Amino acid sequence: MVSIVSLQGVVALLGRFPALAGADLEVGESEIVLVQGPNGAGKSTLLRLCAGLLRIESGRAEVLGHDLVTDRAAVRRSVGLLGHDTALYDDLTVEENLRFWARASRIDDEAVPAALDRLGVADRLRDVAVRNLSAGQRRRTALAAVVVRRPRLWLLDEPHSGLDQGGRDLIDQVILDAASAGATVMLASHELDRTLDLATRHLTVAGGTITSDERGSREPGGHDAA
Amino acid sequence: MTNPPLDLPAHTGSRTSRVLGAAVLVGVATMILLGFFVAPEDDLMADSVRMIFVHVPSAILTYVAFSVTAVGSVMWLWKRSVWWDIVAHSSAEIGVVFCGLTLVTGSIWGRPTWNTYWEWGDVRLVTTLILFVMMIGYLAVRSMGGDESAVATRAAVVGVIAAINIPIINRSVEWWADRTLHQQSSITDGKLEDWTLFTMFLGIVVWGVFYTWAMTHRFRIAWLERELRDGDLDKAIAARRAEAAASGGAS
Amino acid sequence: MLRDAWLVAAKDLQIEWRSRVTFSQVVPFAGLVLVLFGFALDANRPVLLQATSGLFWVTIMFVSTLAVQRSTSIETTDGARRALLLAGIEPPAVFVGKSIAVAVQLLAVEIVLLAGVVVLYSADVEAWGLVFATCLVATVGIAAAGTLLGALVAGVRARETVLPILLLPVLAPVLIGATRAFDDALGSVAVDGWSWLGLLAGFGVINVVLGALSYGVLLEET
Repeated sequence: MVSIVSLQGVVALLGRFPALAGADLEVGESEIVLVQGPNGAGKSTLLRLCAGLLRIESGRAEVLGHDLVTDRAAVRRSVGLLGHDTALYDDLTVEENLRFWARASRIDDEAVPAALDRLGVADRLRDVAVRNLSAGQRRRTALAAVVVRRPRLWLLDEPHSGLDQGGRDLIDQVILDAASAGATVMLASHELDRTLDLATRHLTVAGGTITSDERGSREPGGHDAA
Repeated sequence: MTNPPLDLPAHTGSRTSRVLGAAVLVGVATMILLGFFVAPEDDLMADSVRMIFVHVPSAILTYVAFSVTAVGSVMWLWKRSVWWDIVAHSSAEIGVVFCGLTLVTGSIWGRPTWNTYWEWGDVRLVTTLILFVMMIGYLAVRSMGGDESAVATRAAVVGVIAAINIPIINRSVEWWADRTLHQQSSITDGKLEDWTLFTMFLGIVVWGVFYTWAMTHRFRIAWLERELRDGDLDKAIAARRAEAAASGGAS
Repeated sequence: MLRDAWLVAAKDLQIEWRSRVTFSQVVPFAGLVLVLFGFALDANRPVLLQATSGLFWVTIMFVSTLAVQRSTSIETTDGARRALLLAGIEPPAVFVGKSIAVAVQLLAVEIVLLAGVVVLYSADVEAWGLVFATCLVATVGIAAAGTLLGALVAGVRARETVLPILLLPVLAPVLIGATRAFDDALGSVAVDGWSWLGLLAGFGVINVVLGALSYGVLLEET
């Protein structure tokens, strides 16, 4: 099994507060990992750590074969993170934003319309400045910016929030397609009824550690299993 | 999450610091004696030359303190050394006082000779004025923003920027004075009598001891502040993990 | 890396073009300063002419703090800074790109301001080559130092007031050098303007290098 994420006793600080206080985790390819837990437990921190955005205080961590202590820049380039913010420039249009982020990741411009189609961003919206979009449309655009990069590891923090029913179904399909194409998806979510069916693994985070790690109802790599 | 009470000392003194403090007092007393009663008047500047006993030591210690801050900044950026970060901060705080003293004494001293309170042609003084503003900027950056290590990094970068740009600033003021004002006039460049020179050097030593004394106390205060604020990392980790038990697995 | 820098510069300039902040706010501000000084100095021709170089560059100093603020605030909206890191753009490329964008905007303001002093102060430019060279070289230094310090104060409260305290002392050599060069070009003082360009160039090079090296640690750590 190719190790996508490997954490051993990882302690990560936010200021002097140990947001992660000893996390252990092994995740392989094509997995869809649901991360749940109470507010403030460390779910978002875990995702940001895997994205290579945080320094490790102690422990060992490797993501996509890169050591998180010495080679964070390489990790960052290979993951796609969707946080609570959208990282979209308000004054630019949807299309301009996507093209910028695509080019920054060395992706061809041509992938942009396809990504926007996937996320159901209507044609008429593509020349609209982001500041004029609704929250749901912005969320879809932000997700399209992740889709267009086709990362090997997807880190999604509450991806369903702010979306309507159609949008939520769409995200689920995007996640499934990514996993069956070989990518690994880690998502933090409070929407258990929806995500439990989706996940191949189910982690519970509390007190900065992973307190439970169970197999989900879905088999990794396949489409519909169980 | 509350921290258990720490064993805090009642004050930051120690035998070393008391010796240093005593040395400063003795030194200052000696300087007053020599400065006012032994050192003679200057031919040109009369009694106002006695300003030199405060001005030159203050100027030298300003640049010593600033250099320490610069070194501390580099050490933080390079090795993430908390010790050096505190040293940099403390040195900047003490240095800014020396800097202000340099400017004020320089101005007062120059008044009788230049007939003005400020002489733009005094390159060193003008550069020191700009340095003063930069140090204020450094302290301003220190006092805002939350995350300790982010604050340290920001301040360290300011320190490095200041250290690299000060020589350029000095050179440009020098050229400016040479080519446009057509004079560089520094009040400190005259010839000095023996006792005056001696007292001035004594002043540099005494100021240096004072700096060390002040740094010791300031450093200790900052160190204790951090201890108080951060507590023990292991305890914090344990407390964090205990949250898991408290939430009892309920989701 | 140059490709990434150009990408970032183009993005910043595109945002500026779309929102027109520099155009509609900063340029009028600069022009207004010229007019106000005209009133303050009593439209006294000789005095105005003597003061022109200084007024020009002091105005640019203030304008630069505005331009840098604007450039930095583009990235603080909605996690863009983090996303730049995640996209794999090297921090020095972000630095160079944003500096280029700031420099272009400053140059635009300088051109307008030049027209202003020629018209309002009846400034008689003897050496246009020197004027343009000075503007170019000085602006590089201003943009580099400003972009670095802008990133430093990003996300800090009361950053609008701290930035000038940090930036303006650093820019003192630019103010001194550019003003002297302009004095020569305007024929108001007998100095050798071109020699000051050397100082401005040195300042520019040092601060570009400093910025390229330090930008990364600011982007990652703060």
